[in-house]
Amino acid sequence: MQRYEQALNTAAASGGAQPGSRWAELARLPDARGHFGPYGGVFVAETLMAALDELRREYERVRDDADFQAEFAHELRHYVGRPSPIYHARRWSETLGGAQIYLKREDLNHTGAHKINNTVGQALLARRMGKPRVIAETGAGQHGVATATVAARYGMECVVYMGAEDVKRQAPNVFRMKLLGATVVPVESGSRTLKDALNEAMRDWVTNVEHTFYVLGTAAGPHPYPMLVRDFQSVIGRECIEQMPELIGRQPDAVIACVGGGSNAIGIFHPYIPYEEVRLIGVEAAGLGLASGKHAAPLAAGTPGVLHGFRSYLMQDENGQVSETHSVSAGLDYPGVGPEHSYLKDSGRAEYVAVTDDEAMQAFHDLCRYEGIIPALESSHALAHAARLAPTLARDKVLLVNLSGRGDKDINTVAGLAGITL
Amino acid sequence: MSRIAERFATLRAQGRKALIPFITAGDPEPELTVPLMHALVAGGADIIELGVPFSDPMADGPTIQRSSERALRHGVSLRRVLAMVEAFRKTDGATPVVLMGYANPIEAMGQSLFCEDARTAGADGVLTVDYPPEEAADFAANLARHGLDAIFLLSPTTSDDRVAAVARHASGFIYYVSLKGVTGAASLDLNEVAARLPRIRTHTGLPVGVGFGIRDAETARRVAEVADAVVIGSRIVEEIERSPRETVLENVRIFVAGVRAALDSQPAQTP
Repeated sequence: MQRYEQALNTAAASGGAQPGSRWAELARLPDARGHFGPYGGVFVAETLMAALDELRREYERVRDDADFQAEFAHELRHYVGRPSPIYHARRWSETLGGAQIYLKREDLNHTGAHKINNTVGQALLARRMGKPRVIAETGAGQHGVATATVAARYGMECVVYMGAEDVKRQAPNVFRMKLLGATVVPVESGSRTLKDALNEAMRDWVTNVEHTFYVLGTAAGPHPYPMLVRDFQSVIGRECIEQMPELIGRQPDAVIACVGGGSNAIGIFHPYIPYEEVRLIGVEAAGLGLASGKHAAPLAAGTPGVLHGFRSYLMQDENGQVSETHSVSAGLDYPGVGPEHSYLKDSGRAEYVAVTDDEAMQAFHDLCRYEGIIPALESSHALAHAARLAPTLARDKVLLVNLSGRGDKDINTVAGLAGITL
Repeated sequence: MSRIAERFATLRAQGRKALIPFITAGDPEPELTVPLMHALVAGGADIIELGVPFSDPMADGPTIQRSSERALRHGVSLRRVLAMVEAFRKTDGATPVVLMGYANPIEAMGQSLFCEDARTAGADGVLTVDYPPEEAADFAANLARHGLDAIFLLSPTTSDDRVAAVARHASGFIYYVSLKGVTGAASLDLNEVAARLPRIRTHTGLPVGVGFGIRDAETARRVAEVADAVVIGSRIVEEIERSPRETVLENVRIFVAGVRAALDSQPAQTP
């Protein structure tokens, strides 16, 4: 047990053991005002500035606080079930005939996805700040469930905003949140999906700011959220850096993760930024194809803009109105992306590609059949790109895929696509 | 002197307070915006706040969100809003117009081009809700170069240090958000406003307007006892929302005139 927590601290302190790396500077971002190059920042109404300042100051304190970090590590181990294993998908790799695919099993965490790493961290922060009420936005419901879970765990009131469309599509998760004691508020404005839920959560926060902590679900939003969510999720990459040498004697050739808002991706990428020889590949949702316009791939097909409190690549029309998005995976169905990804893209440190609904579905079924693992539709996008890449590489190459969540939540969607009603 | 500064100077000389109504450009339909602006003036508006519709109006309550959605259904873009200002200017060269909206439409157009075109159209000030001064130094300078006032928000949670920082970038007037929450929310705390405004005035000589949560003439009158200007938005947008097309201009004019009368009924005083 000591060893796990020590390893985390060592990995954290070294920031990746590659001091001479030309990317070392990049890994130290954001700057004091939350900028990753031209991206990030704090683009919110004055009514939120004091709350964000308070959060930033408190977070800067706990970042270097050994007690807080020890408590966080303790919770990750005993409540979340970390470290999550890395699994060699041998049969699937054989079938693909090329590079070996390894899976970082975030699907094995409590609540079934990486989301809980972040909500545990933010709930501990909320408790330390004396806020008895937490709020969250959710798309597919995974972050909502993860927030409702920690609210129950730490005895906090919890309100989750969810687009009215998503409430209909994700009934089991809505019920799950209610079982955990949360209030779920359907949001009827705009496109009635994740981005509107986020708007509504921000409005709640402005109104109830003294006693409410906003648990943002991804590495986006105004500073300090992209930084603190990344830090909480970086446990994923730090574990990989420890685990990969034990498994294969070295680090992988590439790390692959799906990108919606981008929290699971930044969590596994960030500790690897200084490791020059490791390719970082983010996979966006191409939906029905980038040419169709029905997708959720701002890095592949968007332009920089300002939404939800930060500057980043964004799907928008020529007048700066935010576009509606499409993806088979609700968790990737978001028009923006965390600002650090925008900067990783521009700097060339990470590559971003896109995978269609159909390609993701193929990978979803393959992993079910070849490995006995039902992956989340989000993670299936990362898997699909690995399946594309593996055959082009030699058999001694290693691809590490962040299997960010399990797919039980998606069985209704998958059945629906096959014309089956459960 | 800018049209906004001039208007405040005139009002001060008369011992009167400014009435600043808000409507969303293009709501309920683009053809009505210029007539509505004239109706606001006819009712006694001193400055018009013209909302630029945006798909994700984070700081607005449901009423103004809906007005934005109605305008966007007609495809009202920032460029089209500027064309409306230009049309208004053809028959009203005196009433200042402040554009209020969000950063992204301006970013998409390009800050410099926007400033240039806004000036040419005849706008006088710009309030961009999600450009706090920390992110808006260049933008505020750009506005100033084009003779446009940069209007910023202050809120009950703004620290005195930040008030000073905001005041350094602001021109025209300062907009004090009178409650914690979004536009159109329940009601404001008059005592809080009365206590806060003198503290704000120690940092700035600019006029201070108060808005968010002012829903009737009486509240407006009482706010005007301590503020230089009263901003009314959601309540007017509601009037537009529920009025039939034939009477919407008259209904809006009558509502504004009611507030105007209440503001002018208070004893003259210097702040």
